[in-house]
Parts: sequence; C-alpha cells; structure tokens
Amino acid sequence: MLEQIEGSRAVAKSVALCRPEVICAYPISPQTHIVEALGVLVKTGELAPCEFINVESEFAAMSVLIGASATGGRAYTATASQGLLFMIEAVYNAAGLGLPMVMTLANRAIGAPINIWNDHSDAMAVRDSGWIQLFAETNQDAADLHIQAFRLSEEISLPVMVCMDGFILTHAVEEVEMPSQEHVDTFLPPFYPRQVLDTEEPVSIGAMVGPEAFAEVRYLAHAKQLLAKERIPEISREFESVFGHSAGGLISAYRLEKAETVVVAMGSVLGTIKDAVDDLINHGINIGVLGITTFRPFPLEEVYARLSGAKRVVTIEKAFAVGMGGILATDVATALSRAQVDQYSVIAGLGGRPVTKASVISLLQDAVSSKLDPLTFMDLDHEVVKKEIARMNESGRSGPPAENMLREMQLKTFSKQKERAASEEPG
Amino acid sequence: MVTAAELLSVAAFLDGLHAQAFPSFGSERMGAPVVAFCRISEKNIRTREPISSPDALIIQDVTLIHQLDIFNGVNPDGFVLVNTSRTFDELGLEEFIRRFDRTRALTVPATEIALEHLGKPVANSALLAGFAAMSNEISLSSVKEAISRRFSGMIAEKNAEIAQSAFDYVAHELESTQASTSLSTSNAKGDLDA
Repeated sequence: MLEQIEGSRAVAKSVALCRPEVICAYPISPQTHIVEALGVLVKTGELAPCEFINVESEFAAMSVLIGASATGGRAYTATASQGLLFMIEAVYNAAGLGLPMVMTLANRAIGAPINIWNDHSDAMAVRDSGWIQLFAETNQDAADLHIQAFRLSEEISLPVMVCMDGFILTHAVEEVEMPSQEHVDTFLPPFYPRQVLDTEEPVSIGAMVGPEAFAEVRYLAHAKQLLAKERIPEISREFESVFGHSAGGLISAYRLEKAETVVVAMGSVLGTIKDAVDDLINHGINIGVLGITTFRPFPLEEVYARLSGAKRVVTIEKAFAVGMGGILATDVATALSRAQVDQYSVIAGLGGRPVTKASVISLLQDAVSSKLDPLTFMDLDHEVVKKEIARMNESGRSGPPAENMLREMQLKTFSKQKERAASEEPG
Repeated sequence: MVTAAELLSVAAFLDGLHAQAFPSFGSERMGAPVVAFCRISEKNIRTREPISSPDALIIQDVTLIHQLDIFNGVNPDGFVLVNTSRTFDELGLEEFIRRFDRTRALTVPATEIALEHLGKPVANSALLAGFAAMSNEISLSSVKEAISRRFSGMIAEKNAEIAQSAFDYVAHELESTQASTSLSTSNAKGDLDA
C-alpha cells in the first residue's frame, strides 16, 4: 500500500516484515527512529517471535548479533558514524566468520570535528570489511533493499549493510509503496543457516587460522562477494516479479544512452543530480547519470560497460580518502583503466553541506567545458582554509583549527548580513 | 513544527499530490528555534536540497520573528500565515508584510483556538487548516484525515474541531481582505487611469 511515511518508520516496518528473531542496537543519531520503531513493534507483540536486546554499546550490539546469527537466528541492527567505528572489530568478525545478518547504516560523518550530519565517511571506513554494501537513493529503495538484503545475506552467508543517508532519508517523510507480509513471505524463505551452533550437533565457529590456510579463508570471502555480484541482479529481478516494481541491482542508469558526459554517484544525492541533468539536457548538453546501488562488491564490469563509451566521467561522492582524493572515483577509475575517458573526482556534501542543484549544474558545466580540476571540492571556501594555513605559518601556537575556522565563517556571515541590511536601508 | 510539516505532507499526499517533508537537521533541544520543510508537487519529487526560497511560510512562534531572518528568501508571490491574535501592525511586521499580496499574508490565532477546544497550546492543526483556507493548495478534508491518522479518540476529534474553526476563521479573514483589496485595487487603477 502506498503510504506517506518517514524513512526510518518505513525501514522499521520493512525489517519487521522480514521476521527478524533478534534485534540488538544502541541508539545513535540519525539511526534512532528506526530501532525505536522496531522496539515498539516487539514490545506490542506485533513483531513476534523476536527478541529486542538492549546493550551498553555498539560493540556489544554487533557481538550479540554474531552470537544470534551463529545460533541460527535472523539478526538485525542499525547504527551510524562513531557507533559503527566503535563496533568495527566485531564488524570485521561478522564478515570473516561468514555470518548472515543485516545492518542499516544511517550514513553520517565521522569526527573530529564532531558532526552529526550526513555524508558517507562511515560506510567508506568499513568498505574493506567484507560486508556487502547497498546504497538507497530513496526511502522506497531503503524499504525494498532491506528485504533483498536478508535474502542475499542468508543465501551467500555474508553480512549485508544497507546504507541510507542520515536525516536526508531517515527523517524525510515521503511516499513509499509498503510491501505486504504475503509478498515478503513469498520472496524471503525462512533462514536456513549454513553453519549453526547446536548442542545436539556440536561444532566450533571461529578457529584460529595460521599462515597455512589464512589466505585461502580470506580468498573464499572474495569469491563469495563475486558470487554475490551474480546473485544481486537475479534477486532484484525476482523481487520485481513478486512485488511488481523494480529495486536493487548493481547499478542504475538515467538518460545514459549515448551520453557524452556521465555523472556517477550513490545514495540520495542522485535525485538532485537527476534534476540538474534534466536541466542541462534541456540546454543541449549530452549528459546522463550512473547510480551505484551495490558498492561492495564493486560492479567493475557493469561500470566499464556503461562508461567506456563516454567522453568524460564526473564522480560526485560524499566522502574522501584524506591525502588521496575520491574513493568511489578511484574504484570507477579502476573499472575504466582500459578505457580512454576523462575522469573528474568531485567531493561534495561533507558533514551535511547541502548539495544544491545550482552548484551541481555549474560544476557540470565546468566539466563539459574542460574547466574542472581533476579533484574538486564542491562549494569549498578556499579563503577560510588559506587564512588558517597562514595562521599556522605565522605562529607555532595557532590554536585549535576547527574553532578558528568556525569563527572565521561566523565573521563572514555577520559582515554579509550587515552588507545586506545596509543595502536594504531606504535612501 | 516537525509534526506540522509531516501532517502537511500527508494532507497533500491524500489530495493525490507528491510531498516531501523534513525537519531542519541538527541537535534538538527544548526551546531552540525549529524549522521544518515541506515540498508539494504534482510531479515526483527527486531533489534533496534544503528549501531556501519557500513559496509559503507558516510561523508558529511569533516571538522568533525578530530573532531570525525569517522572511529572507520567501517568494514575494507566496503565502505567509502567522500564529497570532494580534495584527501585523501590532507585531511591528507591516514593513515585512508589505512585499506580499495582502490576501496571501494573514494571521490566525491558532494557539488560542487550540486552547479553547483542547485546553492545550498546540497550534499545528489550526495552522494547517488555516493554510488550506488561505492557499487552496490542500483541502480541509485531507487536513482532517491526516490528523485522524496521526491521533486517535478524543484528541483526534478535538483537533478536527480546531481545524474547522481555524479554517472558518481564515476563510473569513480572506474574504474581508479580498473585499478591501479589490476596493483599493480599483482605486489604484483609477489613479493610474487618471
């Protein structure tokens, strides 16, 4: 049924329809509404049988999930930002042990400086952990991807992370075609664990593995991700046949046919980019969009197939590797290593900085006229950074940089307001 | 305010439109100024950028008016609805309001209406119904339906009464403003002709 619903609530309801048996989470913005809603569903008995376990930290939450999954329970959690970092050792363990589970990551920046707003730094921090990572463009995607995530996770016995932009999606109220229990039950069979801790048939899980077999066990994780790359499009097609609308898959294409310039991005920013691209097409620019739905495993072949014919590719992403540049852009470059395509890496929307259509349009116009730098930080105030560097050069004790730059920004805003007030004054 | 934006989006959705509501993201604390947004469109909404030039501004807490740069960016052809039992003049807002069409800048004593019916100073239902009356962008029946989906029992009933009462109030305000503006418009025309 089509509902006007908050993203977090849509995800909570969607997860509940998947009949999880253990939910364990520790609250952190902007994930909190999801687990709160699930907590209510467990408490009222609407979601049963299911145990909601309160713990003292994210590390404990992921550890409980590992135990729950190893004993054959369908397990779910959600976190964000510093919470993900706090559980990171257990995150690697869940993947290394090959334990199926689903986690929502309500994408948020990582400190310092402390920042509760959206970007993709948290997801990127665990991109090599062995988890499958799916990115939602809309709340419809977020609701649908969780159902596919349980199916995929349990089929290949790997944990799956569904990434949805914190606040921008989690707190947005918009229309979502909510799945029915009947359809979810048709699509998602009961969990049949590949490995299970059972007192009747005792096994151990988590052996110490020395140099003799470590590479082989690790390579198996890679082989399973490659298998996932085959299964993800198939699962997406099966989803469509049951639910009547498409979702998931490795990539999504928008006005991509014969596009000279292609923008690559993932997550909710694709919506704003599509609006910008429509405007540019109306102005006679030949441009399209490639969305990355599955970031891990990275769809190298599909990206190559869709981009190798383009003249230039502009990757816009909400995270970056400090001292290096774009992360998604590097993966796109790997996919295009055999192709003759001009590539631009753009970092935008860090720590909740709004990604506006106007900025995207002006950036893409620069790219089309070959005026864009290979690595660009969209809407960055270079002046403020230069001032801070000058301050550092001037004094051995220039002080805390975040505080200095904040003050600089406030002064600029203040003088702009004064200017505007002066210009509005009569006479 | 966050609930108001959500209810507004639900009302628009019930009217068969597309809507996207979201709060101003950040740390929430009691008493801090809160802004929430709602986009309404006949087409599917894809953009995720914040709203900087609204076509409508609903002000719930009038004490914020002189603290924040509230009217900055508001479309001059847009709507302004202020929760107050005073006039724009009494609020010292005449200067800001002058740029708007007088039939599109109105007041409604939303808190008083809520206190009268429910005994609680919750202005959401009255403001949304008032906005429906002023703008015609959403229907009163959808506002009432959105309220009944959010609340239940007596609270839902009282909120429906609040909505009706605020709708009637603003509809009446609108009528009398229209009457006086059409008068002054004809005067202005007369001047022009002369």
